[in-house]
Amino acid sequence: MATTSTSYDESSLAYPAGVPKTLEDAPLVGGNLSFHDVTELIAGHNEKKTPLFWFFGFSVALFLLGIFGLSISYLVWNGTGTWGVNNPVGWGWAIVNFVWWVGIGHAGTLISAILFLFRQRWRTSINRAAEAMTLFAVACALVFPTFHTGRPWLDYWMMPVPNQMALWPQFKSPLMWDVFAVSIYGMVSLLFWYTGLIPDLATLRDRATGLRQKIIGIMALGWTGSNRHWRHYDRAYLILAGLATPLVLSVHSVVSFDFAVSIVPGWHTTIFPPYFVAGAIFSGFAMVMTLLLVARKAYNLQNLITLDHLEKMNLIILLTGSIVGFAYITEFFMAWYSGVAYEQYAFRNRAFGDYAWAYWIMMSCNLLLPQLYWVKKFRRSIPLMFTIAIVVNIGMWFERFVIVVSSLHRDYLPSSWDYYSPTIWDAGIYLGTFGLFFTLFFLFLRFFPMVAIAEIKGVLPQANPHYYDHGQGDGHAGEAPKAAVSAKTDEVG
Amino acid sequence: MFSAIKNRLADHANQHVGLLAEFSDPGSLMQAVKALRKRGYSRLDTFSPFAIHGMDKAIGLGTSLLGYIVFIGGLAGCALGVWLQWWTSAVSYPINIANKPLFSVEPSMPIIFELMILFSALTAVGAMLALNALPKPYNPLFFSKRFARATDDGFFLHIQETDDLFDRAATAQALSEEGALAIEYVSHEGAEDVTAPDSINET
Repeated sequence: MATTSTSYDESSLAYPAGVPKTLEDAPLVGGNLSFHDVTELIAGHNEKKTPLFWFFGFSVALFLLGIFGLSISYLVWNGTGTWGVNNPVGWGWAIVNFVWWVGIGHAGTLISAILFLFRQRWRTSINRAAEAMTLFAVACALVFPTFHTGRPWLDYWMMPVPNQMALWPQFKSPLMWDVFAVSIYGMVSLLFWYTGLIPDLATLRDRATGLRQKIIGIMALGWTGSNRHWRHYDRAYLILAGLATPLVLSVHSVVSFDFAVSIVPGWHTTIFPPYFVAGAIFSGFAMVMTLLLVARKAYNLQNLITLDHLEKMNLIILLTGSIVGFAYITEFFMAWYSGVAYEQYAFRNRAFGDYAWAYWIMMSCNLLLPQLYWVKKFRRSIPLMFTIAIVVNIGMWFERFVIVVSSLHRDYLPSSWDYYSPTIWDAGIYLGTFGLFFTLFFLFLRFFPMVAIAEIKGVLPQANPHYYDHGQGDGHAGEAPKAAVSAKTDEVG
Repeated sequence: MFSAIKNRLADHANQHVGLLAEFSDPGSLMQAVKALRKRGYSRLDTFSPFAIHGMDKAIGLGTSLLGYIVFIGGLAGCALGVWLQWWTSAVSYPINIANKPLFSVEPSMPIIFELMILFSALTAVGAMLALNALPKPYNPLFFSKRFARATDDGFFLHIQETDDLFDRAATAQALSEEGALAIEYVSHEGAEDVTAPDSINET
């Protein structure tokens, strides 16, 4: 099939003449791939022999998972006192890590749901891996509040379960809202991810034989690609995207309520929900970037995840990074403008107090460095974007550290002021969640199609039935002008 | 009751008995669907590795009813959220804190909202599967070796035997006139190649 980039422009002329060319006009998938090439390229990785680097990466992840198991066991045996938390800093690294991991998860939903609603078709290359990242990040995040309760075997008390004490959870508490928001977010993300996987699992099933075919066949639910099925499927996918969009915005808003609804200076601000959501997307895109830059190289996906896709992600990093930086400055302005002495002290202390080092790490990583992306050359430089992605992840971890620790360590009563330091078990669990995350991610890369096969095929130029209207000698040449007209009305309607 | 379910399932499986024709690309598949509809066939379906834009209209399918079902699911979740918080805090175990109202809307919103989303999402996926009659462990179409390509790069048109106009030879002829590359008759016994070799040469 002769599909050059010029023929793409011709065939997808959805824009009438005179409308300026958009980024969308560039081919979404490079290399003039046919439908079968796409299947081979993605499903092939699940079928061929496991590459050596996978075993290497997986063993590192398993090693970290071992540290996770060790740290959790030690924690459960000895209690939360093994962490560095005490009065007044009762929320240490655990909550910092919780917010950080949940935030990372948000980019996956943004890519899969919000960009879907905005018809950003380039998202099809990255949404599968990003959604998987969401699920695993939420799993890592849930570890922290689960064990922070001190007696995790009583965590079912957070659920409205009838019990012999006739007590109910306190639904007026933001912490309770968080239980609902994050667990429902995890469930809906799983549904969304699985729904997206069904057609691709069917692809794997039809290429497999024997036991493998049976196992994948059960997961694929008997999908055939019937148009009568696609009709309901597409509608369900659209609805799930429409549900996940407000959900993802609500989840980090609710996480920010954990802080904002309290009366601690530095936490009690109305700017928190939008500021947290922007920060979540910012850090999440950085994590997607880190993972995909490695995966696209390791699995030869450069034609599917092109430099254009990476550049668009960098633009989102620039946007959200600037929003976050703006919020940092706004907080300072509001502290001054409010005239509240406690609030003003909290922010002076943040920038120049005991934890000033953390504050300035945060400022330089999140506000200053991503500004390099104003330059196109930097946005398209792979070594630079890899560095910035990691720097942003570090910066966003420090943002949560600054919010949690620098506000708590100097509260209203100077006699209880203290300097908080974590213990080795804090570090062990944090490192351990990377083990959990990467173990799951490596398993995902090995056993599931890491790019949405059906969706990629859907954005290829030859997927559009009108692509063939200008064809030669297929028996419909006489109808071509009529078909072209109907193509235009289809686009409008 | 079991026999009723069994009959129902058998009816359902029978809708896949008929002629399965392969086409080269989405464009010719769409043209063939339009042409066969013009010839009067109505019980037809297409199979493709991705959703083809405009095919619903070509086959003559309306908009999916899923949205309405999800709306009901969402309402149920919303109602549960209101009832759960009101009943637990104002009826079952009321606690008077600073004489604040036992139940008020504002602090209840997050959980009402989250439950609404959860119920809608579960309904969306559950109803999608139910409307599509999935999971479906048995499907005679899988007898066709060719059909494995429907999830790779194959484009198929299927006409049910229950269609009023269905006639094995005439319908196969019609399919091949509309540019089918290969035609198979699929039933519970298996798939049988019925492509007439001369008609391929003609087109």
